[in-house]
Amino acid sequence: MKKLLLASVAGGLLAGAAGAEEIKMGISLGLTGPLESISPAMQKGAELAMKEVSDSGKLLDGSTVTPVVADNTCTDAAASVAAVTRLVTAEGVKGVMGGMCSGETIASLEQVGVPQGVVMISPSATSPALSTIDDKGFFFRTSPSDARQGEVMADIVLERGIKSVAVTYTNNDYGKGLADSFAAAYKAKGGAVTVVSAHDDGKADYSAEVAALAAAGGDALVVAGYADQGGSGVIQGSLDTGAFETFVLPDGMVNNVLVEKFGTQLETSFGQNPSAEGEGHDKFAELAKAAGFDGTSAYAGESYDASALMLLAMQAAKSSDPKVYKDKVMEVANAPGEKIYPGELAKGLELLAAGTDIDYVGATSVELVEPGESAGVYREVDFKGGKLNVVGFR
Amino acid sequence: MDILNALVAILNFVVIPAASYGAQLALGALGVTLIYGILRFSNFAHGDTMAFGTALVILVTWGLQAIGIDLGPVPTALLALPIGIALCSVFVLGTDRTVYRFYRRKRSDPIILVMASVGVMFIMNGLTRLVIGVDEIRFDDGARFLVSVQQFRAWTGLSEGLSLRVSQAITLAVTALACWALFRFLSRSRAGKAMRAYSDNEDLALLSGIDPERVVRLTWIIATALAVTAGTLYGLDKSFKAFNYFQILLPIFAAAIVGGLGNPLGAVAGGFIVAFSEVAVTYPWKKIANYLGFQPEGLLQLLSTEYKFAVSFVILIVVLLFRPTGLFRGKSV
Repeated sequence: MKKLLLASVAGGLLAGAAGAEEIKMGISLGLTGPLESISPAMQKGAELAMKEVSDSGKLLDGSTVTPVVADNTCTDAAASVAAVTRLVTAEGVKGVMGGMCSGETIASLEQVGVPQGVVMISPSATSPALSTIDDKGFFFRTSPSDARQGEVMADIVLERGIKSVAVTYTNNDYGKGLADSFAAAYKAKGGAVTVVSAHDDGKADYSAEVAALAAAGGDALVVAGYADQGGSGVIQGSLDTGAFETFVLPDGMVNNVLVEKFGTQLETSFGQNPSAEGEGHDKFAELAKAAGFDGTSAYAGESYDASALMLLAMQAAKSSDPKVYKDKVMEVANAPGEKIYPGELAKGLELLAAGTDIDYVGATSVELVEPGESAGVYREVDFKGGKLNVVGFR
Repeated sequence: MDILNALVAILNFVVIPAASYGAQLALGALGVTLIYGILRFSNFAHGDTMAFGTALVILVTWGLQAIGIDLGPVPTALLALPIGIALCSVFVLGTDRTVYRFYRRKRSDPIILVMASVGVMFIMNGLTRLVIGVDEIRFDDGARFLVSVQQFRAWTGLSEGLSLRVSQAITLAVTALACWALFRFLSRSRAGKAMRAYSDNEDLALLSGIDPERVVRLTWIIATALAVTAGTLYGLDKSFKAFNYFQILLPIFAAAIVGGLGNPLGAVAGGFIVAFSEVAVTYPWKKIANYLGFQPEGLLQLLSTEYKFAVSFVILIVVLLFRPTGLFRGKSV
């Protein structure tokens, strides 16, 4: 009798700890600001994963997931901190899918995420600075660091036999981080960098920048900027004055806008951007189409994966407490275990509940390396024949 | 040969780009200075008048292209320009009627008119985006180059190339023409003399039988024509983006003030000073030095390009410190 009583009390306690609850999840994106065009698809990607988990009824004994969206403006760190503070303190979210841009992500992580003990998984902040930040294990990202992109870009440039380049970057955390990591990798591998100089976006005239780059010389120009901003201004100026003919274009520039604008003038140019291939990517694109948005839009898949990872980690940890489930994120993301693709989150939850290990593949072939960021698959592109052609993945 | 190469490099990267940018600034600054000289306030809506007018020109250009009219090697936009100017003038005269006339009749302080123009600026800002959107638009057609780098190299056998775009040549030619016409108009014609009289002393002008409203209308129309021309030339040379016209307002004001606000000659000089200082001060002389037989270690760059805007403002401050009315004796600010 006594034993029975104890068992039922224990059972009651357990049920209390892990019973069904309404779990709120934050989404922090730059819904207004310079990247407002790609935010909606990212938001829908994140919400898609949450809905899938919530509808399955298999998370932590039938808990439901409710997304709460906040606008972090992408450029204004103070606004981002305020937005994430609201999510955490007023809404009581158990995790944040975000931030979006590197600068504001660093600010909101340092001032809200870490001190309040909330897990943040960014789909798109790529600055190398986030690799070395003291995140106490609360920060992950489903996009690769630009330090990795710098390496990949250096390899591609050297493989094409280009031994000296000039580098220009857009004057912000993204541009500077990428330019520096590329320059370091390229020099280490034996290339020569003639100059690394910044350009500002939204200016009236880029002849001064082009003149400086041309004077420094080089076989090609690396443009770490934005396709619809100063990056194309610099390319235009270089083409017009004959300063450079070959451009090396990283992720911010690999865009159809560029093709429409310059067409066959980019014949010898090439570049790369993070992009997954394979089964997960196609499945996500189908899911997104059914949900009424474009799954191939930049960072939409990464957003889906960021949300899914947090929810799966909760299931693995049997707790929605961020301080507990943060230690499970790497475990569910990486091998060994059963592979989980987009649309199979219910299966993943079941397996985890049964104590089986899973390896979340998701939309972007997620494989997290220390300190909690995507290893990164890049697609190499060129612009032969006035088109954007994918030449390979690396 | 090496000296020729050095010369061509300077021409290609400094002189030609700076000259066409300077011409665009000069046309903009002429409009600002005209409004300042005659209506006595700094018109902040000038940049957005450029944007709005250019948007109209683009729409007309598209219309012309749709019915199959073009100018061969010359951009169709030049044909659309007069229509754009006319439409934009109607709109600007409307803003004068609804906004500025009220304050002018009350003889308000210039600062109130300036603030009113900031309001007009925001409205035109929004209107431009409604009419044509925020995207980058390229509307240049016809030939792109008069001389391209490859052609130049083939002709001369030099290792340096030189390019001259059609839009740059047109910019310089149109600017020269517009300045000549404006100066002639101001100094010779009856209406021009009336404008100068009104600028000197409003009351005396009224007493001598000059219709002030007519002078005001004429001023707005001329300033709008200059603004739309500058905006269209800038758009042809680079590309049209509503936001850029807001950015270009700053160098335009710098140009007008350096030259002396209210002085048309000063505005032209100011435009070129600002453009050349932006491009030349940040130019690395390494290549030139190489051609002249030196082997320098560094880039020989005075200032890195991030500071190019600082350069024109340092010039502005220095000029205002030593000649408060600008280089060409405008009105004091």
